[in-house]
Amino acid sequence: MGQYPDAQRRNTAAAVSSTGSKLDSYVDRYATRTHGMTASEVRSLFAVASRPEVVSLAGGMPNISGLPLDVVGSLLSELIEKRGTTALQYGSGQGDPQLREQICDVMRPVGVHGHPDDVTVTVGSQQALDLITRIFIDPGDVILAEAPSYVGALSTFRSYQADVVHVEMDDDGLVPERVRQAIATVQASGRTIKFLYTIPNYHNPAGVTLTAQRRQEILGICQDAGVLIVEDDPYGLLGFDGDVPRAMRADDPEGVIYLGSFSKTFAPGFRVGWTLAPHAVREKLVLAAESSVLCPPAFSQLAVSEYLSGHDWRGQVKAFRELYRERCDAMLGALDDLMPAGAHWTRPRGGFYVWLTLPAGLDTKAMLPRAVTNRVAYVPGTAFYADGFGSRSMRLSFCYPTPDRIREGVRRLAQVIEQEMELRAAFGAAGASQRPGLDAPAPDQA
Amino acid sequence: MSDLGHVLVLAGGLSHERDVSLRSGRRVAESLREVGVDVSQRDADADLIVTLRNDPPAAVFPLLHGVQGEDGAIQQILTLLDLPYVGSPAGSCRQTFDKPISKGLLEKAGLNTPPGVVLSQSTFRELGAAALLDALVGRIGLPLVVKPSRGGSALGSSLVNDAADLPSAMVECFAYGDSAMIERKIEGSEVSVSVVDTGDGPVALPAVEIVAESGTYDYHARYTAGTTEYFVPARLPSAVADDVAQAAVRAHRTLGLRDVSRTDMIVDSSGTPWLLDVNVAPGMTETSLLPQSVRAAGIGLGELARDLLAAAVKRHAEA
Repeated sequence: MGQYPDAQRRNTAAAVSSTGSKLDSYVDRYATRTHGMTASEVRSLFAVASRPEVVSLAGGMPNISGLPLDVVGSLLSELIEKRGTTALQYGSGQGDPQLREQICDVMRPVGVHGHPDDVTVTVGSQQALDLITRIFIDPGDVILAEAPSYVGALSTFRSYQADVVHVEMDDDGLVPERVRQAIATVQASGRTIKFLYTIPNYHNPAGVTLTAQRRQEILGICQDAGVLIVEDDPYGLLGFDGDVPRAMRADDPEGVIYLGSFSKTFAPGFRVGWTLAPHAVREKLVLAAESSVLCPPAFSQLAVSEYLSGHDWRGQVKAFRELYRERCDAMLGALDDLMPAGAHWTRPRGGFYVWLTLPAGLDTKAMLPRAVTNRVAYVPGTAFYADGFGSRSMRLSFCYPTPDRIREGVRRLAQVIEQEMELRAAFGAAGASQRPGLDAPAPDQA
Repeated sequence: MSDLGHVLVLAGGLSHERDVSLRSGRRVAESLREVGVDVSQRDADADLIVTLRNDPPAAVFPLLHGVQGEDGAIQQILTLLDLPYVGSPAGSCRQTFDKPISKGLLEKAGLNTPPGVVLSQSTFRELGAAALLDALVGRIGLPLVVKPSRGGSALGSSLVNDAADLPSAMVECFAYGDSAMIERKIEGSEVSVSVVDTGDGPVALPAVEIVAESGTYDYHARYTAGTTEYFVPARLPSAVADDVAQAAVRAHRTLGLRDVSRTDMIVDSSGTPWLLDVNVAPGMTETSLLPQSVRAAGIGLGELARDLLAAAVKRHAEA
C-alpha cells in the first residue's frame, strides 16, 4: 500500500501546465444532430420509478400480463419446430408477405383497404417514424405536430433537425382552424412543411380523440395546401366501448401515410409495426429500411403472423380494452375525488393516457423530485413539446398498475401537488406561460 | 483470485441519485473483478437484510448515493449486522451528509466555507418569503448558490445571478428536501480533492480542476462526457496545491471520516480554498471525479477498491 503517499506527492508537484480532458476523445467529431443527446435529471429520476415501491404513472408499458402466455409459448415452440429455418433466417426488406396480407385484414376495421404491396413491416412503428423522417426531412424543414405530441416522435424529428411547429388541440383533438393558420404562417415565412404528424385516436400523451367531422376538415385543409399527413394509430382498436374510429387514411389513400403497431394489441417485445404508404413513398421506405436494418426480424414477424392466424386476437384485444377501461375508470375516479380546484384533465375513451394540467403557477418538471420522494412518478409535460411549453401539465399512464395502485398513486400525487401549491404560494414563483388549447383552456372549459 | 473472499457492492437504492449509484456500483464491481476479486452487486431493497444475514459477504462496499447511502443509515445497518464495510462510521456520515452541520464543524476547525444561511421551507412560509429573500440577497449578495441541505449530484442546486430568479430556485431546491442552504458564490477555480486511507492515514489524491463548458457544473455537466473539461492535477501553483490537499485531509479528519471522501471547493484568486461540500460516498461513474484522481495518482480503481476492502476487513478483525 506504499503507493498512496506517493499519490499525494503527485498532487503537490507543480501542475500549472496540466492538460485538460473532456473524457470523450470524439467530443469534437459528433454530428450536430447529437447535440440534444445528453444526461438529464428527469431521465435519472425515472431510474427510481422502476422500483416497486414507486407507483409509476410514467411509463406507457402495455399490460401484457393480460396475454395468455401459455398459448404464446406453445405458438413460439411450434414456430421453431415447423418453420425454424425460415424464422431464423434473413427475410424480405419489405416484410413477410403473409404478414403483410394479415396486416391488411387488421386494418379493415378502421376502414382502410390497403394492398399488401403497399405495406412495409417495420421494427415497431417507431422505426416507421424514423424512416419517414429520414426520407422527407432536410434540416430546417417543418413538421406540424399536435400540442402536445408523442415524445418518441419528437425525439426522432429532433435527430433529423426538423423544426416542429405545434398545433393546438382541445378535447376533440386537433383544431382544424389552427391547422389552417399554422400552414398559412409557415408557408408565408417561406419554409417548407413536409408533413403533419398526428395521433387521431386516444392520443399519446393527451388521451383525446379527433372527431369524425374534424378528420374530414383536416383532410380537406391538408389536401388544399398539399401537406402530407402521417397518421400514427397504435391505439385505434383500444376504444373502451369497442368504438373503432375511421382512419383518416380510409378517406385519402394518396394523402396519408398510415402507421400501425402490434405493440399494444399483442406485445411490444416483438417490435413489429408497419406503414401503409402511397406506392412511390413505399418504394423509398423499403430502400431506407433495407439500409437501416436489412429486414425486419423474421422470427418476430412469423410469431405475430402465427398469433394472428392461430389465436383469437380480436378476443384478446377485447380483453385488453376491458383491462384498460377498468384502469382508466380508476384513474378518472381518483382524479375527480382528489385533484385541487384549478386542475383539469382529459377523459379518454380509449388508449393509455390522461393529460393532467395543474393550477397556474405550478411546474411539473420542478415538482417531479418531490413526487419521486413521495413514491409516485409521471412524465412532465415539457417532454411532449419541442418548444418548451407544457410546464404545467403531465402525462399520467393508467395502462400498467392495478386499479388499486392507480388510486394510491393519484392519492400520493394529490399530496405532492398540495405541498407544491403551498410552496408556490409562499414564494409567489411565477409559472411559465401556457400554450392555448389543452394546457390552458378557456375558463368555461376548466 | 484475491484472498479477500466474496465481497458485495451495494448500489441503487431509492434516492434521487439511484441512477448515478447504479453506474458507480457497476464501475467498481467491474474494476474489482479485473483485479481478481470475487464480487457481486445488488440493490438495497426489502430483501437486503435477510440476504446479508443468510449469506454474509466478507466485506461490503456501499455505493449508495443520497439518503440511505450517505446519511448513515446503511452504515448503521452494516454495523448492526457486524459486517466489515468500506466507508465512514454512521455518525460521521450523518453529520457530513447534513451540509449545515458539516459546514459548522468545518468552520469551527478553521476551514473556510462561503458565507451563507440555512432555512427551512416552513420558515419561508411562516415568516413571509418575499421579505426573507430580500433580506438574504441584501446580506449575502449576488450571485448566490441555492442547494438542498442534504443531497448530491447538484440536484436541486441553482446559481442565481438575478434576485428575480431566486423564488423559482428556492422552489426547485425544496422539491428535493425541506431545508435549503443559500451561500455566496465564490469566484475562482472549481477543484475537487479525494482523500483515501488504506490503513496508513488519510492521503489526498491529485486534485481535479473542473471547467464546465456552460459555466455551471450541474447534473448535465457532471454526467455527459464532453461537456466539462477536467485538469488533473489541477492547474495550481504547488503551494496552493498543497493547501488544497491539506484542507481536504483536515476536512476528512474533522468530520471523523474513514477510508474515502471527496471535498469540493473553490480556490479564489488569492489561492484560498473555500469548502463547498464533503462527500462520504463519492461517485465512481465514468465521468466522476475520484476515479480521475485515482488514475492520475497512478493507481488502478480496482486496486484502490481492493485495498479499501482489505483495510475494512482488517479493521473489523481487530475491533
